Amino acid sequence: MSAEPRLVEVRRNVLKQNDIVARALRERFREAGVFVVSLVSSPGAGKTAFLERTLALLRQRVRVAALVGDLATENDAARLARSHAPVKQIITGTVCHLDASMVESALDGWDLTQLDFLFIENVGNLVCPSSYDLGEDLRFVLLSVTEGEDKPLKYPTIFNTADLAVITKADLAGAVEFDESAAKHNIRAVRPGMEILKVSAKSGEGLDEYLEFLERSRLRSRAATAV
Amino acid sequence: MHELSIAISIVEMAAEEAAARGHAGVRAVHLRLGPLSGVVKEALLASYEMASASTSLEGSQLLIEEVGVEIFCSQCRQRRPVVSIQRLCCPECGAPAGEVVQGKELEVVALEIQE
Repeated sequence: MSAEPRLVEVRRNVLKQNDIVARALRERFREAGVFVVSLVSSPGAGKTAFLERTLALLRQRVRVAALVGDLATENDAARLARSHAPVKQIITGTVCHLDASMVESALDGWDLTQLDFLFIENVGNLVCPSSYDLGEDLRFVLLSVTEGEDKPLKYPTIFNTADLAVITKADLAGAVEFDESAAKHNIRAVRPGMEILKVSAKSGEGLDEYLEFLERSRLRSRAATAV
Repeated sequence: MHELSIAISIVEMAAEEAAARGHAGVRAVHLRLGPLSGVVKEALLASYEMASASTSLEGSQLLIEEVGVEIFCSQCRQRRPVVSIQRLCCPECGAPAGEVVQGKELEVVALEIQE
């Protein structure tokens, strides 16, 4: 007869492997002096349009590149390539999120010291990407005005893990009767104190303020690194 | 739905830990899960059966202990549970949450071993 089962203490973080790769990436980004931003949102919130505009505007003054995750197509990379910045597609197949090792392999052959900014567009999904650290400096969560103000309450985890909320498609706010103060209230309910910007990639509204935010964040991180 | 890949990691981790201790069978894996981990309990349980099939953990159980979100309230200078995951603020003084000290857990805490 077998003995009673015995309880053995373990204590291991299940995502430890991802966290180890992410930490190494973060160190590599820091050494290369590149500031890394990841974008998360639901499908269709305007990540690609926003990123295309970001790359085109930043490219005039600094060196930028982007990695873009997608389940199946290379359409997003083709759109982003119109900005003439280096862009690489990560096709995840059936995987609903990017993880740190996918980012690591996608960086093969890129000289990070030649970059000031690297953007990582995650797969459109407000659930799964929240668990995976990609080694980024900042994570932006996008919420389009057409999605409804209560999205942050439905997906609190992803909003909680983000550093900046970007309300997109501001040009459509009137047409869909977007309640900006309710949206901001909900964002800050799940992530107290988070900075929120409102932009339109189409009309250009809010982009100056957004570019200033990016530049300010990069300089702050550089200053912190230099100390 | 990333719970299947998480379940596979749990199975691999448990098999590794059991092997390292020279134990034969794992009867159950104890996991701590926080609501801010981004992992859904039901989906993880369903995935675990698939992930453990045809491995040394086949037939073992995944026992999930759900922990709540707790913050350190800078006003009260105390650790507190939050009002809800939709309202990360102190239940006593209402101050918005600063540091989240619990709720992101996704960790294997123990194994039930059959020697």
